[in-house]
Amino acid sequence: MSKDIRIKKGLDIKLVGEAEKTKENAIISNFYAIRPEDFHSIIPKLVAKEGTRVKAGETLFYNKDNEEMKFVSPVSGEVTEVQRGPRRRIDAIKITADKEQTYVDHGKFDLSSDADKIKAHLLASGCWAFIKQRPYDVVAKANSTPKAIFISGYASAPLAADLDFTLTGKEAELQAAVTALSKLTEGGIHVSVGSTNSPLAGLDDVTTYKVSGPHPSGNVGTLINRVDPINKGEVVWTLNAQDLVVIGELLLTGKFNAERTVALVGSSVKKPRYFKTKIGSEVSTMIYDNGVDKDGNDRIISGNVLTGKKIAPDGNLDYYSNVITVIPEGDDYEFFGWNKPVFNKISTSRALTFSWLNPKKKYDLNTNTNGEHRAFVTTGTYEEVFPLDIYPMQILKACMYKDLDEMEALGMYEVAPEDFALTEFVCVSKQPHQKIIREGLDLMLKEIG
Amino acid sequence: MGLKQNLHNFKEKNKDKKWLPGFNALFTFLYMPNETTHNGTHIKAADDLKRTMNTVIMALVPCLVFGMFNAGYQHYLAQGLIDSADGFLGASFWTIDNLIIGAWTVLPLVVVSYGVGLAVEFVFAIIKGHEVEEGYLVTGMLVPLIVPVDIPLWMLAVAVIFGVVIGKEVFGGTGMNILNPALTIRAFLFFAYPTWMSGDKVWVHGAVERDQAIAAGQNLDAISGETLLGAYAQNSSLAGIDYWDMFWGIIPGSVGETSKFLIIIGALFLIFTKIGSWRIMLSTVIGALVMGLIFNGVVDAGWIGEASKFYGLMSVPFWQHLIIGSILFGAVYMATDPVTAAQTNKGKWIYGFLIGFISIMIRVFNPAYPEGVFLAILLMNVFAPTIDHYVVQGNVKKRMKRLKVKTA
Repeated sequence: MSKDIRIKKGLDIKLVGEAEKTKENAIISNFYAIRPEDFHSIIPKLVAKEGTRVKAGETLFYNKDNEEMKFVSPVSGEVTEVQRGPRRRIDAIKITADKEQTYVDHGKFDLSSDADKIKAHLLASGCWAFIKQRPYDVVAKANSTPKAIFISGYASAPLAADLDFTLTGKEAELQAAVTALSKLTEGGIHVSVGSTNSPLAGLDDVTTYKVSGPHPSGNVGTLINRVDPINKGEVVWTLNAQDLVVIGELLLTGKFNAERTVALVGSSVKKPRYFKTKIGSEVSTMIYDNGVDKDGNDRIISGNVLTGKKIAPDGNLDYYSNVITVIPEGDDYEFFGWNKPVFNKISTSRALTFSWLNPKKKYDLNTNTNGEHRAFVTTGTYEEVFPLDIYPMQILKACMYKDLDEMEALGMYEVAPEDFALTEFVCVSKQPHQKIIREGLDLMLKEIG
Repeated sequence: MGLKQNLHNFKEKNKDKKWLPGFNALFTFLYMPNETTHNGTHIKAADDLKRTMNTVIMALVPCLVFGMFNAGYQHYLAQGLIDSADGFLGASFWTIDNLIIGAWTVLPLVVVSYGVGLAVEFVFAIIKGHEVEEGYLVTGMLVPLIVPVDIPLWMLAVAVIFGVVIGKEVFGGTGMNILNPALTIRAFLFFAYPTWMSGDKVWVHGAVERDQAIAAGQNLDAISGETLLGAYAQNSSLAGIDYWDMFWGIIPGSVGETSKFLIIIGALFLIFTKIGSWRIMLSTVIGALVMGLIFNGVVDAGWIGEASKFYGLMSVPFWQHLIIGSILFGAVYMATDPVTAAQTNKGKWIYGFLIGFISIMIRVFNPAYPEGVFLAILLMNVFAPTIDHYVVQGNVKKRMKRLKVKTA
């Protein structure tokens, strides 16, 4: 069963450095790092102290609010360092990997089990971390019952990893995962796909939607808004398609296998391509071989250019990303940059910016903000790239002046920071939209919960 | 080591100085800053506020240049020294003599407007410790275009200080103001110095001066400086002006608003560049036409006789309201100010329509001062947040209804 969703509002940001469809095995990383900040709003309670030996899939820490919810090591090895920040907050847990990997054996799971058993299994095995919920865009609360589960199988973000490519051959795992998840909700699982060739297109127990149109057509937020918008008091769960593979493999084999196909992309990369690697690997195992210059002035991003995290060259792949993007830093001045005609940057206006002349051209953008931060001035620009039935500027302002009632009325339960990535990109006033939304959601989570 | 590096080092060295925003304003004028994104989107689109404002200024330049020629042309024409130009490219219009007089009278207005206004902006930026904002770049260009050519410079300076401080800075600067600053300046001039802002003398360079000379006993011919609107309001009309003159703009009026032709070109440019809102422009024009039609209907129905003081303007064919007075200039450059206009797309339609509608109403019914565009826009500036509120409530209600259906 397939329905079509077509969106018109949005913007495809075409960048240089798309990954070639070849898969390599990444050099095996010596160190792995798990950063609790990836799991927004979770307060970690450390189990594996420095010096502990862990197997792959063994608990590193659990959720302070819910002891059942475990977060596990992607590899077997020794916990060599627990980096702490201010007030002894855990910044990162570093694991030195063994040469020979050993796994915790959870045993093959009986897929006909009831919802409680599935839930307990996912919580105990560390797979719960892959389930996020809206409202608030955080790891799902274990006691929540979602009205539906949404999964995007189409990545429309700039230079995103092609899920049709990375998930090929994983149909069995995907099926196992959705079969199990479908028991946790009454509203069913809704999956968006970009084409009928998608490995997700043929799954049972789900409703698939063929989405088309510019980015953010592949965002899960767009899918939710079109299919069944979230109302006050309701919860939906969202998962990344690539994480279903980990869940599926756990269910089928009993192993927590953190393997993931990651795209290395961006204009600073000599040969953009796909790697097979593991969650938490050092990015240096991928980016230098036929990749970026060692002494280049580049920005390394775990994730895509719109929503990813900036990481240092010795940083690690984060828990949810399947893309590493490397683009040039833009920390230079540009003579009369504000008034001369611009041919090499993207713009949605035509104010002496000429990207409208050649919509198919691929651009090499850097990290310059192209102007200074200002108050909101122009109107109507956000709406052009924002397909949700929500007033973007009004909700941003409501977040800034912290009016909870207004945030709620304007649709705050429905949004996640990533929905505001495009409005942030086109913002003439260079406002940090995603940060504003994140802080607004955090405030609501704290005050309303 | 070039200029760029020197400026950069200077900025770094004086990082904690209070006056740094002042320096930065000049530095960022020369060079787009080296600021990079942090988290959030790592790339940004090419447009910033400077570019946006600059686009509006570009759309205004033809009006300014034309205004200079027109100032000289009206000056000589009123004295009977040149023949009336026949059409936009008329031989007696685009002359060096006209330009010299025009530049001599108009450029000081531009200089005073920018000089005083930017000085206020710099002072406020330094006091409040934020960067100098670009809002005044457009305001400073608009102000000289919407005042009579002979306005004394000190009055303009006083008005600019009032307009920028009260109209904008007290609310928090660019992006926070409720009223359009350029129109606040004009409103201040109009209510503080009405004799310089209306009447039948101020619109042509030299007319007031000549009047004073005659009053002092010199034997000279008076120069008429009347605008079309003024004439219509008195149930008369100006000799020798046809519709094409109005359209091309070779008529007396405020400095930059007379040429409907160039305003339309500017409007097309703003719409094409997506900087100006076509919704507001179009709906303002529609509003004006509707009000004009209503008045025509009243006249046709015989409810108003020729003796009425409103007859002159009410009987003007509805479409002519667009080419007399400054409704088009207001619609294209004033009503579209994104900060003070309605912010939602639906709201923009309502906001623009009411501006056009009320402009023509004030124009017809206010005998003291026949142009109502600036008052109508200021009025709607005040109501724009209310309009938006109701538009946004529509969205909120939809969400509530969805919830009710679910829980019922």
